[in-house]
Amino acid sequence: MYCLSGLGGIKLRRDGVNLKIKELKSDIAHFRDLSITIGAIARETWVEPMGPTPFPSLTTLRSWDRKLLERYKPFYLPFCDLCCLCTYGKCDLTGNKRGACGIGMAAQQSRTVLLAASIGASTHTAHARELVTHLIGKYGRDLPLNVGGLNVEVEAPHMRLVCGMKPEKLSDLEEALDYCEKQVTQLLAVTHTGQEGNNLDFESKVFHAGMIDHVGMEIADLAQISAFDFPKADPESSLIDLGLGSVNINKPVILVIGHNVPPAAEIIDYLREQDLTTEAEVTGICCTAMDMTRYSAKAKIVGPISWQLRYIRSGVPDVIVIDEQCIRADTLQEAMQIKAPVIATSEKNCCGLPDRTLDDPDDIVADLVSGKSSGALIFDPVKVGEVTVRTAIAIAPKRKKHKVLPSVDELIRIAKKCTLCTLCRRACPNDLPVSYAVKAAAQGNLNGLDELYDDCVGCGRCESACPQKIPVHSLIVTAAEKKTAEETFCIRSGRGAIQDIEIRKVGGPIVLGEIPGIVAFVGCANYPKGSREVAELCMEFAKRRYIVCTSGCAAMSAGMYRNDEGKTAYEMYSGSFEAGGIVNVGSCVSNAHISGAAIKIASIFAKKPLRGNYEEIADYVYNRVGAVGVAWGAMSQKAASIAAGFWRLGIPVVVGPHGTKYRRMLLGRSDKEQDWYVYDTRTGKKVYGGPVPEHLFFAAETKEEAMVMIAKLTMRPNDTSKGRAIKLTNYIDLHRRLIGGMPPDMHLLVRKMADIPLTMKEDIEKILQHMKWTEHEIPDPTLLSRMIHTPKEA
Amino acid sequence: MPLAESWQTAEIPGPKKASLIIKPDIADAIIRRAKRPIMVVGYGAVEYEVEGIKLIECLIELAKKGKIPVVVTASTAREFRNRGFSPAALMPAVDIGNRLTDSTWKGLDGKDTYDLAIFVGLPYYMEWTILSGLKHFASALKTMTLDCVYQPNASWSFPNSTIKDWAANLRDIVENLGD
Repeated sequence: MYCLSGLGGIKLRRDGVNLKIKELKSDIAHFRDLSITIGAIARETWVEPMGPTPFPSLTTLRSWDRKLLERYKPFYLPFCDLCCLCTYGKCDLTGNKRGACGIGMAAQQSRTVLLAASIGASTHTAHARELVTHLIGKYGRDLPLNVGGLNVEVEAPHMRLVCGMKPEKLSDLEEALDYCEKQVTQLLAVTHTGQEGNNLDFESKVFHAGMIDHVGMEIADLAQISAFDFPKADPESSLIDLGLGSVNINKPVILVIGHNVPPAAEIIDYLREQDLTTEAEVTGICCTAMDMTRYSAKAKIVGPISWQLRYIRSGVPDVIVIDEQCIRADTLQEAMQIKAPVIATSEKNCCGLPDRTLDDPDDIVADLVSGKSSGALIFDPVKVGEVTVRTAIAIAPKRKKHKVLPSVDELIRIAKKCTLCTLCRRACPNDLPVSYAVKAAAQGNLNGLDELYDDCVGCGRCESACPQKIPVHSLIVTAAEKKTAEETFCIRSGRGAIQDIEIRKVGGPIVLGEIPGIVAFVGCANYPKGSREVAELCMEFAKRRYIVCTSGCAAMSAGMYRNDEGKTAYEMYSGSFEAGGIVNVGSCVSNAHISGAAIKIASIFAKKPLRGNYEEIADYVYNRVGAVGVAWGAMSQKAASIAAGFWRLGIPVVVGPHGTKYRRMLLGRSDKEQDWYVYDTRTGKKVYGGPVPEHLFFAAETKEEAMVMIAKLTMRPNDTSKGRAIKLTNYIDLHRRLIGGMPPDMHLLVRKMADIPLTMKEDIEKILQHMKWTEHEIPDPTLLSRMIHTPKEA
Repeated sequence: MPLAESWQTAEIPGPKKASLIIKPDIADAIIRRAKRPIMVVGYGAVEYEVEGIKLIECLIELAKKGKIPVVVTASTAREFRNRGFSPAALMPAVDIGNRLTDSTWKGLDGKDTYDLAIFVGLPYYMEWTILSGLKHFASALKTMTLDCVYQPNASWSFPNSTIKDWAANLRDIVENLGD
């Protein structure tokens, strides 16, 4: 944005406008058909001065990234010895060999991480573009943005921070989208052969992709919250039915899968307009389900992405509507098995179906109901709404919930074909004992298969691998039929943003460490041991008075477990952003509200200038806001870019053991004292701040290890003694219970005697004496020399 | 099934694959030859049991006889301590993996770098990726796994084998080390 001098308060936007003058006569010239392109003119209402880095380029924040990467050096975990991205290859990169283009293994791994993060950022940005374009078409360019009314003044923390802009209406989002699209294109270009060759420069660009990703997510959620009237930062948003057992199978059932909600919203609108709301069930999987329930609390969520195969094969859905992202590529084939038509709605996922967008709905419905067509591609969401509902109602009596799951007798007969070759187990991502369970089933014992259901991620690789063509996944689902019928849980509808007043209330206690931390459970469902672990993690930290946030598939998993009293996490804990709350922000794109809350703590509580001031805000968040992201079942490239957005803000991310397949960790070395020095802003001296947070990207082997690490990673150099004592209490208590004994690094985490929790004083003092520990100062920490108040070493 | 084939079928690394430990004597020789070995034990070691004997008991004996410091990950420490054995360190798997790539790291005791890292009991795919990290970024370090499945990214690995055969092999290694 550039100021046009002399026009006070009038500013030019980045996107151009075209001014055409048919004829202009003046004293000096006579113009005809004059065309002038200038930036769009918008009245500037935001008085905050512009910071140093609005619309940062690929390298604007490189020095900040380097500061983080000096502490958290990449530990690369190559998934392959080779590079096969160009026709020089395959190139063998083992033993310090270089590829034909000159690239080495470290750079190649970071390049692959950048590819993943760029895919993720492009996916959210493209989704945001699709939403904004659609919503502008439907509601107009001037629809005001409203994510929480008067409760949310900082409506777009990422756009304010990164772009230096304060969007007020739908069309304002286009400027930020233009920026994101340019950056993603440039990031992708970096991965071309013969570009970057330095691994740390690749890593810096990974962080850039993550930052762009969070802007893209924010744009998408702001647009849909405002236009669809989703819950607006409401801590008491509705409780939504969740689970296979919550679906009324006596009605026509519609299933939506994906992430782009407009087609699902039009389905609900059509049902409302035709007064058919009680005549059909609208159910969903993955983030479209989440967003659909923000639109209508009567819609139901079946489960996270890993529920796709089991739900389709159950035969319950009569029509399947797919949009974009995380949808199984074989959905059409699976749907054909149960004779349910598929309606594809996104240019990004056409499924090979014929484009029926311009056809008469009567013709499309007739073809789908008669079985003449197995599916249709319809890009008009309104038409999707009508065709889907009419097809579901017409086809349901004919289908009679045709399922492809075997009966128990059939299951036992099929299982007898098993030769115990173990290829199913060897194909299973979690190395589950599939073959033994199938063999036992052949003897009539279904317990093994039933147990597998809880840990199964629903990928279906077991049956693809089976030389006997045993439909292993279907056997598992049949064996667990009782469990699936009992899947009746609930989840709080995604509330969106965090209110400014909530930030004001918790900002101080978080920065001082008295609320031990914000823990966000996000991401996909590639869990090592089933969904239940996520629910257990959430409840443990809520019980300990952390602020727990959830989103996407992890939010669903958090609700799919009942305690001894029969309550789910969302029934036990409040939906407020407060100590002991479990805050479901919404779908994948709602993750921007979680990182946004950290930014808002710096802006609203600490009154740090936000506008185009990324480095200073990130430095504040990194040193003071004890937030940790947890993606226990991270699978996708989007999960990679979401994590990268947290990293650039200095927020650590913990993943499950599958997370090592992202090809690198960012790990600190607590044993290297020299790595942990910070500036004390009060004196300008470089002082030891301790190894906190110890890691930036960490894969835990087990849920127990994750719990202990999460508690540790909420520590920050700025913690007051009271705050550090609270954090240490949680860390030590979890360590004793889950790992056994006192943690081995107490001497690194206690700075002063006052940090020691009173109830553990004796034990800790013994350790400190043994380690010859001495007190050190608690700094007013920063990594940026320009933040020093009275510079001495700057 | 082929002996030197990744246990998880699709986890194929490339041209550099682990040599097979086809008999326990090989593992013995590798351990004896090492000047500074270290053993990393994951939580899976707690879960394996053959003929009433837990794998962890075999590993304790191996560590004692071979004078090998043991790093335990996750919740494994408690099981060692319950059996009267104090591990040299408690550390997450990715953390010890990362340190082993640092050629300047002088080890848990601050004396010298390690020349052999023995892995056992981590989730297959996690051990696979960590061993890959060491294969590519710890050139002076040799790695060996004691799991019953083939880990192609180690320097040496047992083939895919039954739990019973594997347990017999481990017992032989321990007995031979006592010679």
